[in-house]
Amino acid sequence: MKVLVAMSGGVDSSVAAARLVAAENDVVGVTMKLWGGESDTGCCSVSDVDDARRVAQQLGIDHHVWNFGDDFESRVVGPYVEAHRHGATPNPCIECNRHLKFDRLLRRALAVGFDAVATGHHARIVERPDGTRRLARGADAAKDQSYVLYVLGQAELARTLLPVGAMTKDEVRAEAGALGLRTADKPDSQDVCFITSTAGRGGFLGRRLDLHAGRVVDGDGRQVGSVAAVELVTVGQRRGLGLPGGGSPRYAVDVDVAAAIVRVGPESELQRDTVVLERMVWADGPVEGRVGAQCAAHGAARPAAVTPTSARPGLGDAGPASAVVRFDRPGRRVAPGQSVVLYQGDEVVGGGIAGG
Amino acid sequence: MPEQLAYLDHAATTPLRPEARAAMLSWLGERFGNPSGAHRVARTARQAVDEARDAVAEAVACQPGDVVFTSGGTEADNLAVRGVHAARPGQVLCSAIEHDAVLGPVASVGGDTVPVDERGVIDLDALAGALAPGVTLVSVMAANNEVGTVQPLPEVAEVVRHLAPAAALHTDAVQAAPWLDLPGLVAGADLVSLSSHKLGGPQGVGALVVRRGTPLRAQALGGGQERELRSGTHNVAGIAGFAAALRATLATRDETAARVRGMRDRLARGLVAAVPGTVVTGAGGGPGRLPGCLHLCLPRVESEALLYLLDEAGVCASAASACASGAQQASHVLAAMGVPAERSRGALRLSLGWTTTEADVDHALATIPAAVARLQAAAA
Repeated sequence: MKVLVAMSGGVDSSVAAARLVAAENDVVGVTMKLWGGESDTGCCSVSDVDDARRVAQQLGIDHHVWNFGDDFESRVVGPYVEAHRHGATPNPCIECNRHLKFDRLLRRALAVGFDAVATGHHARIVERPDGTRRLARGADAAKDQSYVLYVLGQAELARTLLPVGAMTKDEVRAEAGALGLRTADKPDSQDVCFITSTAGRGGFLGRRLDLHAGRVVDGDGRQVGSVAAVELVTVGQRRGLGLPGGGSPRYAVDVDVAAAIVRVGPESELQRDTVVLERMVWADGPVEGRVGAQCAAHGAARPAAVTPTSARPGLGDAGPASAVVRFDRPGRRVAPGQSVVLYQGDEVVGGGIAGG
Repeated sequence: MPEQLAYLDHAATTPLRPEARAAMLSWLGERFGNPSGAHRVARTARQAVDEARDAVAEAVACQPGDVVFTSGGTEADNLAVRGVHAARPGQVLCSAIEHDAVLGPVASVGGDTVPVDERGVIDLDALAGALAPGVTLVSVMAANNEVGTVQPLPEVAEVVRHLAPAAALHTDAVQAAPWLDLPGLVAGADLVSLSSHKLGGPQGVGALVVRRGTPLRAQALGGGQERELRSGTHNVAGIAGFAAALRATLATRDETAARVRGMRDRLARGLVAAVPGTVVTGAGGGPGRLPGCLHLCLPRVESEALLYLLDEAGVCASAASACASGAQQASHVLAAMGVPAERSRGALRLSLGWTTTEADVDHALATIPAAVARLQAAAA
C-alpha cells in the first residue's frame, strides 16, 4: 500500500512511519507546516521539521514539507480567536484535525496517488461486521487521543491508518529506542502549538483581539471582583477573578462578553444534567440512547443518554446536526465551544460542540 | 527512483562545471595555505585568490581591488545594504521583488520598497517619486530570481543620479550573471552582488563588487581581509572554483543563452498548448526575461501537489521561494506584480541552465500536462 505518513517530528509519528516501512508499505513522510509565528511547544518549528526529516532519512523514505499555513490561519487560528471574542473556548487541535490533517492533507495525498494517510495518534480504527468503521480508544488509556479525532467520518476512517494506536506510549518509546530513532526521548507536545508558554493564551489573544476589562458580579448583580480581560474567562473558572478570599468557593457561571460581565456563583450553579451539542458528526449515522460522554481531551466518559435533534441538516454527514446529551448525574457545566465526544464502550459514535 | 531525471531548477543551484571542479581539486588535496601568511605556502594561496579576483573584475569590468569575496550572494547583499547604511545613515529603497537577502537587510534598516508593474519591472515613476536627497542607498536587482524579468538598470541609475546624487546604487546580479552582458548592465551600479553556484561554481562563495569611493562599513570584523571590508580566512578552493566557473560561463555565454532560450521557448509553447488556461508570468514588453527562466501559473492546481508529482516523475522544479524548513511560501514577487492569489497558487518555476538538454524538455513536456490533469481531476 502507498502510505503518506504525517510526521510531526515527535516519537509517535516516527514509530508510525517505522512500522509502516517494516510492514513493506511504500511510505513517504510529510511534515505539515502550519504555523509561521512563534511557537515553543508545537509541531511545526524548523527543529521539529529537522527531526522528522532525519528520521525519514534513517528509515530510507522520502520526506516533504507541505505548507498549509493559509488554511491553518483561516480554519483554525482565526476561528479560535473569533470564538474568544464571543466568550467561547474551542479546542483548536480538533479543528486542525477536521480541516487540515483529515481534509487538506488527506485530499492532497489521495490526489497525488496515495492509498492512505497515517498519523501517530493514539487511537485505533476498528471494522464492524457490517463493514463500517469506527474510531476506538488507543491501547494506552492515559494517552488516548480518540477525543480529538471524533470528526473522522466513514470516508476518512477508510483512508486513515493509526499504526501506534494499539501500543502503549512506553512501547512506542521502547521501539523508537530499539530502532535508534533520534526522537525516542523527545518530550510529548502538550499545548496548543501556536501559543507559547511564555506569552500564554492571554498574550496571544491580546495581539489579535481588543481585550476588555470586565466586572465580576454575584447572583444579585453586586460587583465582587474584576478581570482584566473578559474574553479570557472560561465558565467554571475559579481563580483570577479578583474575588476576596474566604467564604465558600465561587466560580464563573456565566460570561457575557458583550456586556463585559462575569457572573459568579457557587459550584451548585455550574451543575447541569444536559448539554446541547452543535455541528454534530456521527461516525456511522445518528445514535440514540445510552452513551458515554467525554467532555475534555483527558478524562473519563460520563454515563448519559443522547437524543439526536433534527435542527440543521446538511452539515457534512447526513443526519441531524445537533443533539441533546442528558447525563445520568449532573456535573460541571461544559464550557461553550468545548467538544463532547460520545462513546459506546471504547468506540466513538459521534461528537459535537457545546453551545452557549 | 524515476528512470529519467530532468533538472529544471538552475535558478536554485547549478551543477558544478568541470573547470570549476578542476580548479578546486588541487586546493582540496595537496595544496593549502592561508593567503594572509608571509611564507611560500601562503603565497601560492594568495596568488590563486588574486587570479580569481582578476577574473571577477574582468567579468564585471571593474578594478580587481573593487572585488570583495564573500560567502555568497546573501552575504554580499547584506554587506551592501547594511554596510552602506552603517557608513552613511539615511533612507534606503529597494524594489518590491528583491530576493529576501535584500528585503531582509533593507527592512532591518527601516527602508522602503518601490512597486513593480504587472510584468515584474520596477516602476521608474514610483522610484522617481520616492527619491529624495536623504536617500543614501537604492537596491534594484539586475534580474528577478522567480519570474526572470530583467530590470532596466541603466534607466534606474540615471534616475538615481539625477534625483538623489549622493545615493549609492546596489544591484543583486546573482541571477543575471550566467546570462547577461554584465559590464553594460551594471555600469551604473556602485555595488554588485554575485554568487558562484548559480553559474556552475561551488556553493558557499560569492562576491560584492564595491566601486572605489562607495561608502561601506564592514559587517564582519576581524583580521581585516578583503580591504578590511570582509574579515575571515579566504575560502581558497571555493574562490578558485568560482573564478573558473565564471571564466567558463563567459566563454560560452552567448551560445548557451541562445540554445537555452530556444529550449525554454519550446517548453513554454508546449505547456501553454497542452494545459489550457496556463499563464506565462512576466511575458511581453520590458527589457525581457532571462533565457533560462520560465515561470507559469497553472490553473486549478496547487504548487506543492504538482511539485510532488513532478518529483516522483523525475522533474526537479520549484514554485516560489522555500523557507528554511523546505515548505513553499506565498510569493511576494507575484503579489507585488498583482497576480491574483488564486492564480499564484498554481505557480511553477522551471529554470534551465548550462546542462539542460532537449531530452530534459521532452521529459518535462511529457510529465507536466499529465500531472496537472491528474490534480485537476482529483479536485473536480
